[in-house]
Amino acid sequence: MHKRLVLDQEQIGIILRRFCHQLIENHDNFENTVLLGLQPRGTILLDQLVPVLEEISGVKVLSGYLDATFHRDDFRRRDFPLKANETKIDFLVEGKKVILVDDVLYKGRSVRAAMDAMIAFGRPQKVELMVLVDRKLTRDYPIMPDYFGIRVNTLESQYVVVEWENQGQEKDAVWITEKVKS
Amino acid sequence: MSQLSTRHLLGIKDLTPEDIHLILDTAANFKEVINRPIKKVPSLRDITIANVFFENSTRTRLSFELAEKRLSADVINFSSSNSSVKKGETLVDTVNNILSMKVDMVVMRHSSPGAPHFLSRNVSANIVNAGDGTHEHPTQALLDAYSMREKLGDLHGKKIAIIGDILHSRVALSNIFCLQKLGAEVMVCGPITLLPKHIASLGVKVELDVKKALEWCDVANVLRIQLERQQIKYFPSLREYSLYYGINKKLLQELDKEIVIMHPGPINRGVELSSDVADSEHSIILHQVENGVAVRMAVLYLLAGVKG
Repeated sequence: MHKRLVLDQEQIGIILRRFCHQLIENHDNFENTVLLGLQPRGTILLDQLVPVLEEISGVKVLSGYLDATFHRDDFRRRDFPLKANETKIDFLVEGKKVILVDDVLYKGRSVRAAMDAMIAFGRPQKVELMVLVDRKLTRDYPIMPDYFGIRVNTLESQYVVVEWENQGQEKDAVWITEKVKS
Repeated sequence: MSQLSTRHLLGIKDLTPEDIHLILDTAANFKEVINRPIKKVPSLRDITIANVFFENSTRTRLSFELAEKRLSADVINFSSSNSSVKKGETLVDTVNNILSMKVDMVVMRHSSPGAPHFLSRNVSANIVNAGDGTHEHPTQALLDAYSMREKLGDLHGKKIAIIGDILHSRVALSNIFCLQKLGAEVMVCGPITLLPKHIASLGVKVELDVKKALEWCDVANVLRIQLERQQIKYFPSLREYSLYYGINKKLLQELDKEIVIMHPGPINRGVELSSDVADSEHSIILHQVENGVAVRMAVLYLLAGVKG
């Protein structure tokens, strides 16, 4: 199968540190800011990001996991329901600045569902979106990231695969692959 | 897998262990949802559910209705006491009339064992059995298993005693199927007159002495004496039943271990359970009620999730 490397481990490391500096620039000491990783894969990026952010900023950052399965708009349009993941938010987002973190922004539907799910925890003051890979040209909803690692041109016939070393893969990497035709 | 092997929930007997694990895992996600400040999710907003109750119910009907509303489904309620069933309409006709109003799922309680199975062969909607006579009560067994799992972890190898009126209990049969599929050991305990004759053929231990049952088990699931189903006398008096099979604080204190006390409700206080046990730290009865909503949300979500 044809496979093209988009980001390697070193580049991802640089992007994570850039994300941290951008966040510090916009959110100062994170007094009123929380980070929410979107299940299932945004949480992996979040878990990589938070320790680096805390190290650079020197402050503790509130973070949690948000699962939007029950808020998706493709329920009953799939052959079977998606399996839900854990939501772990030990705080209210009422009045907070929320940064949603995901690995790949594709159609924008997951982010829409996530915003819907997030509102169950209060009315945030502001919401921002951070993604490692922004697949432009494939959006179904008018959603744009505030922070992105890399912006790629892809077709619907392609996958963007994000691999993490701490998830059992060889190295941190982002690939573009062709979907196998059935 | 994230899909059930069936499109109806008629009984635990038809479910695979994977189905049960999927329901319990999904219920854990819904339990988190119902503890949020906003307890509602939009998953079933294009689904209409009819709660069709041909037999009295408080807890189960309220629990189903709440589960449906938390999932944003449209809900209609029907009880046979004030309906055309009294005028002689058949079950299939009644339900088909409800379905022609574009209802997607039917939650049904009926006094006849097998009524939901019959219905599932004759109508197109997803059917959820909310209790059929003395046969099965699958969602009760699922919420019992969920509550036990929450308290004790994996149920594999755990010892569960079901104590009381096994003969008339649909909860007992569903619990036996469910717990065995999850790898637990099951014992039934009660007066010999309230134990079905061939119950041991289901692979359960049978015990007549409640003290021995309590000494053996990790969890005692205590059932109500169903006087309304008893056409003849099965024991001399409630007082005598309570004396020999009632669980009280003294009995529990005599044990050299902590056990968990459960009851599907409604409790006959002072008969099968004394108040000091029902309200003690051993009892997880109110957790069962809370978990009931989460488990029913999971069942409805998973059944409705198949492509329309």
